[in-house]
Amino acid sequence: MTGGLLDRRFFLKKGITFSVAVLASEPLHASTENYRQPWMEKPGEPFSNYGQPSAHEKETIRWTMGNSMAKGNGVSWTPLHDLEGTITPNGLHFERHHNGVPQIDPQKHQLLIHGVVKKPLIFDMDVLLRYPMVSRQCFIECGGNSNTGWRDEPIQTAAGYFHGMVSCSEWTGIPLKILLNKTILEESAKWVIAEGGDASMMNVSIPLEKMMDDCFLAIYQNGERIRPENGYPLRLIVPGWEGVVNVKWLRRLHLCNTPTMARNETSKYTELLPSGKARQFTFVMEAKSLITNPSYGYQLDKKGIYQISGLAWSGRGEIVKVEVSADGGKTWVEAELQQPVLSKCFTRFRIPWNWNGESTILKSRATDETGYVQPERKELIAERGKHGYFHYNGIVSWEITSKGVVSHVYA
Amino acid sequence: MFMRKCALFVLLISFNVFSQEKDPNLGQPATLEIIERWNIDVFPSGKGLPEGQGTVHAGKKIYKAYCLSCHGLDGTGDSADELAGAAHSLTDKPPDKIIGTYWPYATTIFDFIRRSMPLNAPGILNNNELYAVTAYLLYLNDIIDKNRIINANTLPKVQMPNRYGFIDIYQKKIMND
Repeated sequence: MTGGLLDRRFFLKKGITFSVAVLASEPLHASTENYRQPWMEKPGEPFSNYGQPSAHEKETIRWTMGNSMAKGNGVSWTPLHDLEGTITPNGLHFERHHNGVPQIDPQKHQLLIHGVVKKPLIFDMDVLLRYPMVSRQCFIECGGNSNTGWRDEPIQTAAGYFHGMVSCSEWTGIPLKILLNKTILEESAKWVIAEGGDASMMNVSIPLEKMMDDCFLAIYQNGERIRPENGYPLRLIVPGWEGVVNVKWLRRLHLCNTPTMARNETSKYTELLPSGKARQFTFVMEAKSLITNPSYGYQLDKKGIYQISGLAWSGRGEIVKVEVSADGGKTWVEAELQQPVLSKCFTRFRIPWNWNGESTILKSRATDETGYVQPERKELIAERGKHGYFHYNGIVSWEITSKGVVSHVYA
Repeated sequence: MFMRKCALFVLLISFNVFSQEKDPNLGQPATLEIIERWNIDVFPSGKGLPEGQGTVHAGKKIYKAYCLSCHGLDGTGDSADELAGAAHSLTDKPPDKIIGTYWPYATTIFDFIRRSMPLNAPGILNNNELYAVTAYLLYLNDIIDKNRIINANTLPKVQMPNRYGFIDIYQKKIMND
């Protein structure tokens, strides 16, 4: 009575039977006349200085959407529907730029820390490289991710081009606490205004408490220096908080006793409620999940066993549970979480599903360590209305027709 | 085995010593000159606003030259955001979230234009021009009359219609200071 969802350990228990069934149903290549494929009959390509994906994977790309009059003002989405595991390849990390990607010379880039401090300091990049560093895997999600979920009609587009303003990397850099302590903060310091060195000089105010807790200045992303579009040479990482506060191309930290009330913390990245009041400083990205396979655009061939796979994350800490429904939310079964589960990081969930060939609806629902449960879309809208734009985290529903076509529905 | 444990113990101790002294202490003192040159932050109190002033009349000319091509005639919006002429209130569906209906502080207008606008040549406007175009946008939103002069003294005193429209979720309080 679970819509065909199987025990999450099904593959482990039945692995052998399942594998044999698959092998037996496919003709073995060895049975053909020639035992070599064409690419096995000549030497392969030479070494390359920087590897690129297979030519057969050229469809796995970021979709980009820039303003027609200002091409560097817009977004690009991570193709979540084409990816597996928990780490986003650097070239596919989502982007949100306010005026393009600056081409920064690291020799000329400096970080200034000033304001209500006894000892304002300035750091060159080569100096920062000598500081002790930490590595942490964490997601960055734009506050505006999934915003088409507020629309009256469900958008029909691939999962990544709806929910892909979120990505996950291993970031390596300097705990901010080390540098802030060196400036000797005054009692009155409560906020830090972070400013980027791009053409828009994008800035936001961040509570000092968070900055001293777990924020760090990233220099490396997934082992290599951060890509220009993700903040080269220096990016502020604010684990679990909305993307806009993870300031790219970081150039200045201003210690203050109040927020500056910048454009991107007043007129944008605030959420208007039906009452006419707006939520402000809604930094934390609440728990969210979605099934990435199957999702919009996938075609199920015939009934039988499929492996449902998806992503969950929470800005409040670890994901403790992801439940999947294969009957439109009537019953839920707990999915297997890929280990290790890390705080404020992508968590991959998987569960096998025996599709009976009839139309149905797939959903996933995440719970985090605080007990927060991802809401149904209608619950979210009852609380926030439809015009808040930011911080959409409603449950995602994929309809499977009897022909195996997958579409996005509100259910 | 015992030797190995000893070695590990010594290693742990030296790591602890290292962690207390791991800051290489390489930051250079920042001079007042560089702080004043880099710091362009503006606060609702008016702190950070530079010298200079501008009129609605002068601002209209600046707007036509630098802003109109993206923000449309009289700020009604085009390829970039609508800035004035709201047809809907914040409780309408859909609402108009623009300067006159949504922005809580007038100082933010000056700050944002100085930082980021115009997109094709940020930094091109001088302080008088920035005050002037700020004045024009306030005028287009019926917040100031056409003879008002905007400067570091008058801008923070401009009362925005949605000044008390925000709930501080981080500090969980209604902002009413």
